[in-house]
This record gives sequence, C-alpha cells and structure tokens, in this order.
Amino acid sequence: MLHILNKSPLQTGTLDTVVRLAKSGALLLIEDAVYAATKGNGAESKLREAMARLKVYALMPDLQARGMADRLIEGVGAIDYDGFVDLVVEHPNNQSWL
Amino acid sequence: MAQKKFMLVNRKAPYGSIYALESLEVVLITAAFEQDVSVVFLDDGVYQLKKGMQTKGIATKNFSPTYRALEDYDVDKLYVDADSLAARGLTTEDLVTEVKVVDSATLATLMTEQDVVLSF
Repeated sequence: MLHILNKSPLQTGTLDTVVRLAKSGALLLIEDAVYAATKGNGAESKLREAMARLKVYALMPDLQARGMADRLIEGVGAIDYDGFVDLVVEHPNNQSWL
Repeated sequence: MAQKKFMLVNRKAPYGSIYALESLEVVLITAAFEQDVSVVFLDDGVYQLKKGMQTKGIATKNFSPTYRALEDYDVDKLYVDADSLAARGLTTEDLVTEVKVVDSATLATLMTEQDVVLSF
C-alpha cells in the first residue's frame, strides 16, 4: 500500500499515526510533509522508524519550493511528479492521510 | 491616526497553506498605516524565512524575498523563536534576512506588551 502524507510532522500527529499503522509498502511525503525527511527536523527519528519498514519518498518540487532540497535524509527517495504517478500505478491501493 | 502595537504571529510553513502569504499582506497593510509592527516566527513559521526557495516546480510565487524588503517599510522587528529554529535543525545562517532570535521568556514578554495580536 502507498501512504501519502501532506502535513508537517511538527504541526500535526499524522506522521505518528501513519508510522503506527503502515506496516509495509511505501510512504510518500508531499507538500509540508517533506519537512519530515529533512536533516535536523524533530521528526527525524520517527521517520527513520518508518524507513525500517517502508520505502520512503519525498516529492522534489515541494522540497525545492521550501529551500530544503539539499537537506534530504539519505535513504529517502527523491521523486518528481512522474515518479508520483509511477508509485500510484505500482501499488494496488493507496491512502492519502489528510 | 493613533498608533498601536501590532504583533503578527506566524506559526505555519509556507506554501502548504495560504496563512504565510496572508500574514505578509497584513504586515504590509499595517505598515502602510504607520503602525508599530512586530512579526514573530514560531513553530513551523520559521520555515517561511528559509533561504533558497525554488518554487517553479509547484507553480507558486516565491514570496520569501519580500521579507528582505520589510525594512524599507520600517518593519524591522522580526523575532524568531530560538527553540523553533533548533527543533528544525536551522540557524540564522539559513534565513533570508536579519532577525532577532529570542528565547521563550523574551517572546512571552513581548506578547504581553502588544495592543493587538494577530495569529496566522
């Protein structure tokens, strides 16, 4: 399953819930959720916990817009919009955590 | 016109919602009316000041250069919460403009001194 998250990890508790309930598959961080995949963010350990079970991706245009493209945590896949579409196609189902 | 002390409290990241841009509009309006304006960046609001934004990929205007121009509008009281910066792995080196980094006690005092506090 593909989990899609769009909220900052320091603004809501959604990342915690995703990490608790997403057992396998992929986690795609978009919009303000990309901050979770940046070095030094308070959610870094939570994200590493997710990376142990899930393939984690971040949307590069959203990282660039926020000036955070050079801070992506190693091991997180940087993808563009075409990559986003590919992920949706590859997974049998997905959930957008709003 | 009577001058009041206005404080705008920015607590949200840019682009994910409209709050950051709306706050910036209000800063400019308040300055146009020659009010005493303080702008605070707290929690995810500190991300509004991050250097190096390239917004072409999300087809949105990068409004961060405007923070650098605020001084021209006599808005020079920009306060950044030290704890919020640290929790995001940022330092003043990462910010687009000169700010005063303040601790919780200082910020708390500043808030109580205001006539009007607007939250974004």
